[in-house]
Amino acid sequence: MSTDAGLRSRGRRLPLRTAVLVAVVTVLLLLVPWVFGAFTVMTFTRALVFAVLAMSVNLLTGVAGMPTLGQAAYFGVGAYTGALVGIHWSELGVVQLALATLAGVVAAVLTGPLAIRGRGVAFLMITLAIGEIGYTAAGRLDSVTGGTDGMSGIPPVVVTPGGSGLVNEGLIYYYVLVVAAVSYAAVAVLLRSPFGLTLRGLRDNESRLRSVGYRTDSYALAAYVYAGGLAALAGSLWASSQRFVAPGDLGFEISALALLAVIVGGVGSMWGACLGALLVVFTRDYLGQQLSGHAPLLLGILFVLTVYLLPQGVAGGRAQWRRLFPKDHGGDPGTVTPT
Amino acid sequence: MSPTPVLSTRGLVSGYAGSRVLDGVDLDLAEGRVLALLGRNGVGKSTLVNTIMGLVRPMAGSVTVAGQEVAGARPDRIAGLGLGLVPQGRRVFAPLTVAEHLEIADRAGRAGNWTRQRVLDLLPRLGERLRHRGDQLSGGEQQMLAIARALLTNPTILLLDEPSDGLAPSVVQQVAEVVQEVCRAGMSVLLVEQNLRLALSVADQVVVMQKGTVKWDVPVDEFRRNRARAEELLGI
Repeated sequence: MSTDAGLRSRGRRLPLRTAVLVAVVTVLLLLVPWVFGAFTVMTFTRALVFAVLAMSVNLLTGVAGMPTLGQAAYFGVGAYTGALVGIHWSELGVVQLALATLAGVVAAVLTGPLAIRGRGVAFLMITLAIGEIGYTAAGRLDSVTGGTDGMSGIPPVVVTPGGSGLVNEGLIYYYVLVVAAVSYAAVAVLLRSPFGLTLRGLRDNESRLRSVGYRTDSYALAAYVYAGGLAALAGSLWASSQRFVAPGDLGFEISALALLAVIVGGVGSMWGACLGALLVVFTRDYLGQQLSGHAPLLLGILFVLTVYLLPQGVAGGRAQWRRLFPKDHGGDPGTVTPT
Repeated sequence: MSPTPVLSTRGLVSGYAGSRVLDGVDLDLAEGRVLALLGRNGVGKSTLVNTIMGLVRPMAGSVTVAGQEVAGARPDRIAGLGLGLVPQGRRVFAPLTVAEHLEIADRAGRAGNWTRQRVLDLLPRLGERLRHRGDQLSGGEQQMLAIARALLTNPTILLLDEPSDGLAPSVVQQVAEVVQEVCRAGMSVLLVEQNLRLALSVADQVVVMQKGTVKWDVPVDEFRRNRARAEELLGI
């Protein structure tokens, strides 16, 4: 490999194996409404919404190294904004998504400077407090949110101006799938950009990054705002797909489950976070219902199994497999020459 | 006439959580020179480097870079004035590849003569390891990467904190050659080092610290001549 080629390595094409895998997953996801019944399709829809929220948590926790328990607050801001826009102004999905994302960004800009003052456990506690404030506010602001009764009467989302609302489970699923796919692509582009590279440096060694010349607080805040906008986008999808929003949708449990999805999927991996979201939602909503509502127990077992068997999550399973069963990789990047 | 100092400290007091490690350090690094900072373990050499870089907040005293007071300033501002740090223990970004390290440093740095290609010409081994992660490199390669990262910020002053620590003699020789090369390019170097042979092979000036203060500040030739004083302060 020439030096120039190596320096441009970040712009390399998708490997064939990955491209095939992406194509297979895409086809499988497109087939969901044709293969499964309404309940399973709705569970997939919830899983996709949750995957976008998990990506937001993973951006902070796995990429920037700032573990958070507060993303449900921005998810709630997006859900209520999307619902209010749908009820009072526009049933058009793109308008709801844009304004919900904007509201999440504004909320993150206002609260972010407080949150990023801490790192590690301090950051976790501050974000937990932000989440709890959001939950309490949603329950008390009756005139805006409907209080603890929640907000109902959200009209079906419309995809194109003048079109009819999406009421069919399959069509709602496709709407959420497209937005989730675009969100995934947006995050992937971000992670491959110099900004994403800097966030990974921030996670690994902040003081070193500062001594190279970076204002790390600015990067932490930008990541926080981006993640807030993404969580709010997920919230808007939630309002569109469920057509009901209540304070419970932005409670501690949602933040904790999103963090669990990231841990199960593999901290730092975006496809891992999405897969983790799928596992968590299906364990809670599908298996939990089959087993007399023992969802919390099942989620606990899922967490314990992950920690013991796949400490780096599902996404880290491949690397773990390679370590357990090493092959002779001549010239492999893992080769370390002696000092 | 002695050359103009590009980096000076006066009465610098610093430490951690109320514990004073530096107790009034006075130091001058002249332009284009190599100052070797020597001393036994725990005398405050790394604390001095980290305080100059802004990673440790000083309790008192001043630090000036090219005449500008920077004591207590943020590390990114100090880096922007032309200070580059190669930290003790290398501290490369474990999950980033060599190419990504170079990119991250290149983007942060000031405009100047140290381009990625020039750095790779100086440190050709890195060119062969561009796609390898920081934690997949040998100790010597990590040291070269830490130096490359600092050079790409185009500093006028390079702070090297024990660059030979844990390295094989052949790699230590490479470090010495790199220091001489950057010095020839006009950079000033503050070299914290336990390896006396390396320090004396590149230094113009030697400063010996003891208990948080400067005990001896002499040209390298005088240090070599006064072996009794060196033995007394360094225990060699």
